[in-house]
Amino acid sequence: MVRAMRWLRAHARMVAQLCFTALGNGYAAGFAQGKIYRGKGKFICMPGLNCYSCPGALGACPIGSLQAVLADRNHRFAFYVVGFLLIFGALLGRLVCGWLCPFGLVQDLLYRIPFVRKIKKLPGDRWLRYLKYGILAGFVVILPLMVLDIVGQGRPWFCQYICPSGTLFAGIPLIAANPPLQAALGWLFTWKAAILAVLVVLSVFVYRPFCRYLCPLGAIYGLFNPIALYRYEIDPSRCTACGRCQKACKLDIPVYRQPNSPECIRCGACREACPEGAIHSTLARKKARAQTKGSLDGRL
Amino acid sequence: MKRLRQHGAALAMLLLGVALLVIGALGGEAEIVFRKATHICMECIGLG
Repeated sequence: MVRAMRWLRAHARMVAQLCFTALGNGYAAGFAQGKIYRGKGKFICMPGLNCYSCPGALGACPIGSLQAVLADRNHRFAFYVVGFLLIFGALLGRLVCGWLCPFGLVQDLLYRIPFVRKIKKLPGDRWLRYLKYGILAGFVVILPLMVLDIVGQGRPWFCQYICPSGTLFAGIPLIAANPPLQAALGWLFTWKAAILAVLVVLSVFVYRPFCRYLCPLGAIYGLFNPIALYRYEIDPSRCTACGRCQKACKLDIPVYRQPNSPECIRCGACREACPEGAIHSTLARKKARAQTKGSLDGRL
Repeated sequence: MKRLRQHGAALAMLLLGVALLVIGALGGEAEIVFRKATHICMECIGLG
């Protein structure tokens, strides 16, 4: 029992990712029949990048939904979807990316492939990180709003030309199960499959390339990291600025200086690596304080 | 009070999020999301 609990604690994030992906995509009949779920759950936006055309998806993708509302003929501000994004962002920030996103799970699993020399970051990483904000502004907001057909309807540009999650979780299973869709394959699918292939290969060498450089949802949640209810704090009385947190961080964040960097996905590697126990979350603060008091009492 | 100061911005965002969600739902945006999410999105799967 103790061993099981220890194992669960050590693998809590992977277990949460697997459970959330399975629960959010639990419509098994969809995979068997090559159809998608059409129930009331699709009124609700999922927190992570979870394509609503995935045969198993029980909810809606927030980025797809945002584009759908913005591209609608009536051109309204997307109050409903922005409301969901504010709620998830204010509660969790990019914890969603680290713990709840299905495409994040895929990248994590690929990075676990051994016998390959891992690269901490791509050349130009500092500038490439801003690409996701450009994609958010251009492909998710401006193009769906501005480029319209003759009836005044826009298109979901990010879903159409970039999203690898849609290709992997929706495109491949639906096309495999539907011969009529196979007949309609063209250059667009080839383009999207190529993006997916590049990201799959990159994910083996670099940790989470899509989340780091391309994901518009990560760009949104990252802005909430400094204010979210769940965030990290550094205990200045304990931190020695030894830099072990940055060494342990697969995203190369100097956590001791920037505990709430917009890039941090809250994987917790820095907290485990800190020899002084100086990094804690706002939720675990009480426990950390009690431990500090205990250790001080012990020393005294 | 101290806790409110620490989490004030998050709570304000949370409340704003709930308010926007309700405004959007009343304005019919939930139906747009539902309609889009319950039909196969040809753009998403690379055919549209």
